[in-house]
Amino acid sequence: MSLEEGIAAWRSYLRRRQAIQPVDVDELEDHLRSEAWALQEAGLTGDESFLIAVKRIGELDVLSREFAREHSERLWKWLVVGPEADDEGDSAGKEALMAGTLACAAAIAIKVPELFGVRIHPDQALPQLYLRNLSLFVLPFLAAFFAWKRSLPPAGWMWLTAPFVAAAVAVNAMPFSSGGDTESLAALHLPIALWLAVGYAYAAGRWRDRVQRMNFVRFSGEWFIYYTLIALGGGVLMVLTAFVFGAIGLQPERIVAAWILPCGALGAVIVAAWLVEAKQSVVENMAPVLTTLFTPLFTLVLLAFLVVTAWTGSGVAAERDVLIGFDLLLVVVVGLILYAISARDPEKEPGIFDGLQLLLIVCALLVDAVALWAIAARISEFGFSPNKVAALGENLILLVNLAWSAVLYGRFLARRVAFAPLERWQTACLPVYALWAWVVVVAFPPVFGFR
Amino acid sequence: MNVGKDLVAASATPLILAILSDGPSYGYAIIKRVAELSRGELQWTDGMLYPVLHRLERNGLVKAVWGRSASGRRRKYYRLTSRGGEELVDQQRQWELVDATLRRTLFRSFHPAAQEG
Repeated sequence: MSLEEGIAAWRSYLRRRQAIQPVDVDELEDHLRSEAWALQEAGLTGDESFLIAVKRIGELDVLSREFAREHSERLWKWLVVGPEADDEGDSAGKEALMAGTLACAAAIAIKVPELFGVRIHPDQALPQLYLRNLSLFVLPFLAAFFAWKRSLPPAGWMWLTAPFVAAAVAVNAMPFSSGGDTESLAALHLPIALWLAVGYAYAAGRWRDRVQRMNFVRFSGEWFIYYTLIALGGGVLMVLTAFVFGAIGLQPERIVAAWILPCGALGAVIVAAWLVEAKQSVVENMAPVLTTLFTPLFTLVLLAFLVVTAWTGSGVAAERDVLIGFDLLLVVVVGLILYAISARDPEKEPGIFDGLQLLLIVCALLVDAVALWAIAARISEFGFSPNKVAALGENLILLVNLAWSAVLYGRFLARRVAFAPLERWQTACLPVYALWAWVVVVAFPPVFGFR
Repeated sequence: MNVGKDLVAASATPLILAILSDGPSYGYAIIKRVAELSRGELQWTDGMLYPVLHRLERNGLVKAVWGRSASGRRRKYYRLTSRGGEELVDQQRQWELVDATLRRTLFRSFHPAAQEG
């Protein structure tokens, strides 16, 4: 084996270590060549020099781990994919089986209320019981999947169970007035509160760890992409099911609405999570593309909205749907920013995309201010209501988040600080979201008299 | 002599900063310089230098640029930033303190004769 062949083989071997990026491989190759050349100067032959140089550069497993530890955004890759990319097999099979079982369990769980006579019917509104408990039908299984996969210690299992039990008791024991605002708010906020409890299992209990939090953010974004894809496929499946059975004179709507849709939608939550973990490399290349695509589009929409608002001087109607719409828009924008941050290589120099990102943050900040203004005006005129207070709290949290993000981003663009503080700030905000979601779920109903 | 792993790790940052304070350099040359300065006693696993360099870069203590070697190969050069210079001064103070403390305790117990003077 000549030196060149040796280096080529070594390169391709190194490239399979997912923690070491091509640019780092280049750097290591330069080192290897320098070492080999120096050894040849000392009188060694090409292949001798190659063997010694490779030996000196160190065990590749240890090296990958060191690289992954330093480039912690790649650590999860090393953990998930393992020391050898192609050394899957046994554990992967076990994981697939576990994910399948839990997905079935979630699909069965949603049908349990039918045993007690609460039915899903295509022509009637979904019973409130389902809306309130939707996340409780599936997220415990998702949390269990991660707790099992990450071998959470028994004490961790206890901590993990607590929020789910508390949530189940809270939303089912409280005497909500039927169809009231506090009930809808609780139904809306419970998934957020419990999703972050899933994060506890995802991080194997190390939820204080900044790196783990960022990994969970990354996971959430990738899960969302996978879930959307599965949902699209599921939609096509249901339409075609309805069509072929309709063609032979049957009416499959009831089966579709009562069985395929609910069971599929919940099972897909687990399957999507498993796919993110198992087929990481497929989706991780998609995510940056999507953020690059949608950051300018969202910026444009927000800019247009701001210009029109300023031009016509029309205020925002502080109706419930409008408030929720605004919150949703801002949450999507913050999610986009958060996800762009998590997907970004922290060592890259600030570029044009970062300028755009800052523009998006500033626009979102202004839109948030407009919404806050509308809510405040509405509160001072008509007093407090659960919807307005919930929206007020969310907008304030997002305002603080966006404002400080804008400052940090500006300083990053001016090359005054590194990218890391921005990451730190975003991960520090995560528990605040959870806290607020829990407040809305648990404290709002009694405070506002369950109306 | 075999220097312990922790000590090698702890001394890596000040060593790299000090070597870069003499001017920009690249990975292989830094390793050679360490071997030279320690008369071959301080052995690093070569590859381990790079994660350390990348950490220093992330913390803004060094700055990396891709350049070309004399033979025209792509090569990543590192140079000390002003913050790296400050950190070096700070490290010097810390190591002086450790050194002085060790001299007063550890070395005395190994060489009882030194106490007589």
